[in-house]
Amino acid sequence: MNTAIAKHHTALLRQMLRIRKFEEICVELYSATRIRGFLHLYIGEEAVAVGVMNTLDASDALVTTYREHGHALARGVPMEAVMAEMFGRTTGCSRGRGGSMHLFDVKRRLYGGNAIVGGGLPLATGIALADRLRNESHVTACFFGDGAVAEGEFHECMNLAALWKLPVLFCCENNLYAMGTSLVRAQAQTDLALRASSYGMPAWAVDGMDVLAVEQAAQRAVETIRAGGGPCFLELRTYRFRAHSMYDSDRYRDKAEIARWKERDPIEALTVRMRDAGELTDDALKALHREVDDELQRAVAGAEAGPLEAVEDLTRFVYAEES
Amino acid sequence: MTTTYREALREAIRDALRRDERVFLMGEDVGAYGGCFGVSLGLLEEFGPDRIRDTPLSESAFVGAGIGAATAGLRPIVEIMTVNFSLLALDQILNNAATLRHMSGGQVGVPLVIRMTTGAGRQLAAQHSHSLEGWFAHIPGLRILAPATLEDARGMLWPALLDPDPVLIFEHGSLYNLAGELADDAGPVDIDHAAIRRPGADVTVVTYGGCLGKCLDAAEQLAAEDISAEVIDLRTLRPLDDATFVESVRRTHRAVVVDEGWRSGSLSAEVSARITEQAFEELDAPVERVCSAEVPMPYAKHLEDAALPQPDGIVAAVRKVVSGGG
Ligand SMILES: Cc1ncc(C[n+]2csc(CCOP(=O)(O)OP(=O)(O)O)c2C)c(N)n1
Ligand SMILES: [Mg+2]
Repeated sequence: MNTAIAKHHTALLRQMLRIRKFEEICVELYSATRIRGFLHLYIGEEAVAVGVMNTLDASDALVTTYREHGHALARGVPMEAVMAEMFGRTTGCSRGRGGSMHLFDVKRRLYGGNAIVGGGLPLATGIALADRLRNESHVTACFFGDGAVAEGEFHECMNLAALWKLPVLFCCENNLYAMGTSLVRAQAQTDLALRASSYGMPAWAVDGMDVLAVEQAAQRAVETIRAGGGPCFLELRTYRFRAHSMYDSDRYRDKAEIARWKERDPIEALTVRMRDAGELTDDALKALHREVDDELQRAVAGAEAGPLEAVEDLTRFVYAEES
Repeated sequence: MTTTYREALREAIRDALRRDERVFLMGEDVGAYGGCFGVSLGLLEEFGPDRIRDTPLSESAFVGAGIGAATAGLRPIVEIMTVNFSLLALDQILNNAATLRHMSGGQVGVPLVIRMTTGAGRQLAAQHSHSLEGWFAHIPGLRILAPATLEDARGMLWPALLDPDPVLIFEHGSLYNLAGELADDAGPVDIDHAAIRRPGADVTVVTYGGCLGKCLDAAEQLAAEDISAEVIDLRTLRPLDDATFVESVRRTHRAVVVDEGWRSGSLSAEVSARITEQAFEELDAPVERVCSAEVPMPYAKHLEDAALPQPDGIVAAVRKVVSGGG
């Protein structure tokens, strides 16, 4: 066993567990109506956010969707700040103004959860343009779903980013469904990497259930982009284990299909791999769970104790405030 | 029969599909999923995938395709999930649907119906909650409808399909679960006139859509204070039936306009302007308006509640115009 590798794998496992357990608690809180709005769960897709995020520097930028708890946590937004956002508190990462779908942390260059499908791509393209014009070597990672590939904004941005050789890492989380519409019922060409490559950028598909495969692919893409090669596109093949949102009764998917994908649970897969390599003992795994559970408990308690914005301040943050 | 707003809308679509084979429904998740708010649940099974068409996430393309199909003789009903997403199709709605007839010198008509959800109240934050129907009501060439009752949910679609020009129907998200009695033979309704939902003598409250219930609640509260409020449901936001509300103001001499849109440049501003243009000398007090606060919709519940028109605010506005009149 190589201890450096073991440590690295443990870190990946910890991140995935944090996301999984965070969302499992969110389901409970939602069912108890302690948090509200839309809640889109990332359960099953954790390897994508964790694998990609691990290849980014703190100075790289990030734009994502409404299914972004995992991206925010993997980016390093404190769990309590994310949870406080779910509770609508001023201590939330968007001061309770955004909620689950709009997690922001500009100090960490997280430019939001965008809830208009495809709406984040132009923003990411522009952030990359700014970095490019300032001769910074930052990368902007932009996450979006397979559904977004049908939107005009997707194609406009692919073209613009490739034309101007902008440093964007396009991360398409292909979970085979856009709400109730499966990929084959929405896309004339279902090979999404092939479509992206038609814009003249390196594009390839990756097993999104394997965090190490994701990390390796993202590493290669980030190196290409940093070297000035322009944008790259990764199609991350994954699956959401839960319904689209808490409102969705999930009538459009075959139970057997869901069960098949659950057998490829990215957390389970890494755990097995680490055990086989002697990198993870039962005790270490238990300790990891305990550590994450403690963090979560503190996050929920801290979040719920956070203050609510005064109603008199309702119309703040519409325009810039003098500081 | 007991029904809901959602079921009444579904029945209207079913009825239209049966009456006219040129009618079809298309939009995101209208088929296999049953509609993002469950309006079209079961219709795919009944009418098949040609007439209940699931589209990719391509608002500009499928709204534009609806315009093309209407122009070529079909009668599409296009569903857009929510008004915030309709902005991706705004180009098609304004630059094609609303203008083709005029710029072709009358050669091209667009007999298209577009339905969408509007409004706040479910903590869906700033990209899923806005009330932009007032913007669309700004556009010549469109007819804008806002069903606020079961009868209108059931009855507005068919006359909208008969209209030779594009009609947009705005369904307030808080109304889908509204339940009540609907006549078994409920059918098409008039789409030209506003309706007096509660007669009154002291003040005219003009509203539409999701705010109607709040205004009726406020009127009930005011009745206990011996203030008799007449509540008018605009129903059709363009063309505006100003005759109905101006006539009412001539009787009550006071008006409060309640609109979930933002105040500046809103539909409420238009209604208020028409009242002052047409009945200025009849007014005993300046027209009051109750609108949403000028802020993108916040997620936190207490802030969202504070941002929206509420019965208490409507009551306060009515008291103000009533006392303002001395
Ligand atoms: C422009 C736009 N159209 C429709 C919606 C409603 N909507 C929200 S998520 C979603 C599905 C998106 O699917 P995908 O891009 O595959 O992402 P996933 O939810 O699978 O992560 C839809 C239709 C929206 N938010 N924005
Ligand atoms: Mg998807």
